[in-house]
Amino acid sequence: MRRVEAIEAIYPDISGCVVVTIMGATAAELYSCGHRPNFFYLEHAMGLASSMGLGIALARPDQKVVVLDGDGSALMNLGTFTTLARYCPPNLVHIIFDNESLLSVGGFPTATSTGSDLAGIARAAGIEQVTSSNDVASFRDAVRSAVQARSLSCIVAKVDAIGPKSFHMDVTLLENRFEFHRYFKNLDTENGAGEGP
Amino acid sequence: MPVSVENSKRIFDALKAADVRLVSALPETWLVHLIRMAEEDPDTILVRLAKEEEGVGISAGAHLAGVRSAMLMQNHGFLASINGIVSLALLYKIPLLMLISHRGDLGERDPWQCQGGMATIPVLRGLGIPHYPLDDPAHVERRISSAQCLAESALTPVALLLGRELMWDEA
Repeated sequence: MRRVEAIEAIYPDISGCVVVTIMGATAAELYSCGHRPNFFYLEHAMGLASSMGLGIALARPDQKVVVLDGDGSALMNLGTFTTLARYCPPNLVHIIFDNESLLSVGGFPTATSTGSDLAGIARAAGIEQVTSSNDVASFRDAVRSAVQARSLSCIVAKVDAIGPKSFHMDVTLLENRFEFHRYFKNLDTENGAGEGP
Repeated sequence: MPVSVENSKRIFDALKAADVRLVSALPETWLVHLIRMAEEDPDTILVRLAKEEEGVGISAGAHLAGVRSAMLMQNHGFLASINGIVSLALLYKIPLLMLISHRGDLGERDPWQCQGGMATIPVLRGLGIPHYPLDDPAHVERRISSAQCLAESALTPVALLLGRELMWDEA
């Protein structure tokens, strides 16, 4: 499956969630489905999208958090699978698009192309709900149940090594950062919790 | 183990007073009491890390989601986190409060700590991260509160270097 088709298929299910995505093609493809203030595009710091998702999920147990990760990024921060399993936030869904390639920097093959199995690594780290998916329909179903469930889950989706035609995103990095932060402040105001001084 | 329980408590109380609700940490000798205090406090979320750089992501997420946090780590953990600090905390203007045990400095008996000890301040300076020593128990509460305040006003990481005189009770 193509990643952009996979993202389009889950967009209705994740658009109301807090979404953290890795940089490059994945960010651009999510953006192309429609930007929202609850979307954060981590444009650098490879590996840390999952850690950011964990920080948000622990800080805001009332919010469902979805991380869109990649094989290259996940491989850079394998230790975090053990941290995720240890704290097991029930409001976190960790999606890894595995195209077996560092596509955004020229398509160099990653270790998943030679047999390393991210779903197996996630399972062995102690994450109980791990799903692998190779087609859009089963991927959408897996994401839909993970978003509705009250348990940490990891979904590894095998996708083609094809990126978007354009990486254009008309939202600057800091604009995205402050808008995303504001999203949480507004949630508190709406909930009547009030803002600090 | 002559790690100062009294001063660890001072630091922990100061973090609480500064409304720090999430603490990420990787154990090191000087931090054992602080980490235990964070674990035992029902109002503090403690995240034990596999590697310190994860803590940068966790704190960034917590900040954006509206929760104050701090990282507890050894200076070698700080050195291991540099890309996260540069490409997330500095790039995205995250007020990251880092409490860094400054091993390999005055009085260090472990030769393996010294190279990192000598590199810590030059690296902080090179990154343009405000950094201050924390050696005197009398300064703990005010300085932690001031560091938290500066981090949020300037939207930058701020480092407090926990020194031997504060953390280690000489027998």
